[in-house]
Amino acid sequence: MIGIKLPVSEEEIRKLKAGDEVSITGVMITARDAAHKYLVETDGADVRELLKDSMIYHCGPVVKKDGDKYSFVAAGPTTSIREEPYEGTVIESYSVRGVIGKGGMGQDTLKACGEHGCVYLSAVGGLATTLARSVVEVLDVHKLEEFGVPEAMWVIRVENFPAVVTMDSHGNSIHDDIERLSHEKYEELLGG
Amino acid sequence: MDRGRLEESFLDLIRRASTVLPPDVEAAMRRGIEAEGDGSSAASSLELMLENARQARDGKTPICQDTGALLFFVECGPDLKQAEIEEVARGATSRATELYYLRPNAVDPVTGANSGNNLGDGAPYFHFTQRDEEGLRVRLLLKGGGSENVGSQYKLPDGRLKAGRDLAGVRKCIIDTVYNAQGKGCAPGVVGACIGGDRGSSFACSKKQFLRDLGDRNPDSALAELEDSLFHELNQLGIGPSGFGGRTTVLGVKIGKLHRLPACFFVSVSYTCWAYRKAFMSVKGGEVSYDWD
Repeated sequence: MIGIKLPVSEEEIRKLKAGDEVSITGVMITARDAAHKYLVETDGADVRELLKDSMIYHCGPVVKKDGDKYSFVAAGPTTSIREEPYEGTVIESYSVRGVIGKGGMGQDTLKACGEHGCVYLSAVGGLATTLARSVVEVLDVHKLEEFGVPEAMWVIRVENFPAVVTMDSHGNSIHDDIERLSHEKYEELLGG
Repeated sequence: MDRGRLEESFLDLIRRASTVLPPDVEAAMRRGIEAEGDGSSAASSLELMLENARQARDGKTPICQDTGALLFFVECGPDLKQAEIEEVARGATSRATELYYLRPNAVDPVTGANSGNNLGDGAPYFHFTQRDEEGLRVRLLLKGGGSENVGSQYKLPDGRLKAGRDLAGVRKCIIDTVYNAQGKGCAPGVVGACIGGDRGSSFACSKKQFLRDLGDRNPDSALAELEDSLFHELNQLGIGPSGFGGRTTVLGVKIGKLHRLPACFFVSVSYTCWAYRKAFMSVKGGEVSYDWD
């Protein structure tokens, strides 16, 4: 297990290889569909500083409100591929060092990881209660009214958040490897 | 039963669906762990999923943060009015959202506004049938969005798949959907498919397959055979838990059928993630019972 502290340098991120198990501690931001569209269509001034050398978590949490304090009740990853049209631009424009989600992403994101020094990390889908325990504090939220609870950009402090690097900055993607292997079997099954 | 108590029982039904992994699903995942073998990373992924389910059950928190769309399948006795049941269920849905059993998941597609309480046009979804016996039977599915996105509908014949209008063609459609899903629908998943119908009824019938027990046997012997053989074939694809590789790509395959028009041959394939959330309840007189704890 490799410990990653946020903010993290490009140099440190480039040392990571697909297959590395990591444990992340620090401040990151949740962003999914509405947030990615927003980040690409505007200059994202409210979160620009926070995103630099930090990570994006593809997550639409269940959030509890006590007075004016928020906490995460359930917070597993959402399917990342929906952000494929945006992610490369977001990585480049905001100097994001890591994108955490599930299911993997495509060639544009893989290319952006290589060119700008970023990795894609997989968390286990559906591990909502377990992963919410790694989110120790909700520091702030952006666009809550406009985007709603699942789509808002939640600024969170995580401790020992477990993930696996599945796309690195050297062009390796475990998702591509699995797809290639399963494709051989798929062809065989369809041909038979 | 008075309205307040009925609403409490609906609330409990929703809480159970969101926080308790059904016993047939847990058993299927345990069989997956055995198939993967001790010490494999696929087995440890499955163990993490079961540990998460245990924590969710103990803490009464959602198994998955995407608490999905609520699909109520209601059999309604002559002593009850459908409109009233629907109102009670909507009240319970709103309260379940306030109690964090549900994430606010109903978004207006035109304005983009989240209703905040899971109520909206067609949300929740209700399917009512009338029965002679007094009381109610309610079966609730919480269907997550990630797995919903990987479902698909085919119109046979399909040139790309070389799939004709027969069960061999149907088989190819289902293999194609699960291959394309990879890990994006939170494998290991369960396939619910329907052959026939019109486009709408076909998808609805594919969803209804998720009301079946994973261990049941299809009464149609040809479909039962297809379900069994596809279960083994799909698990050879090597996609595995979370799409990281392994022998456990699906936990079950369930196939229904509807009579079709001569011109149409639809195959609708729905997919649900391993966090396969369902809860069933019966209400009769003053008694409420749930199918499992």
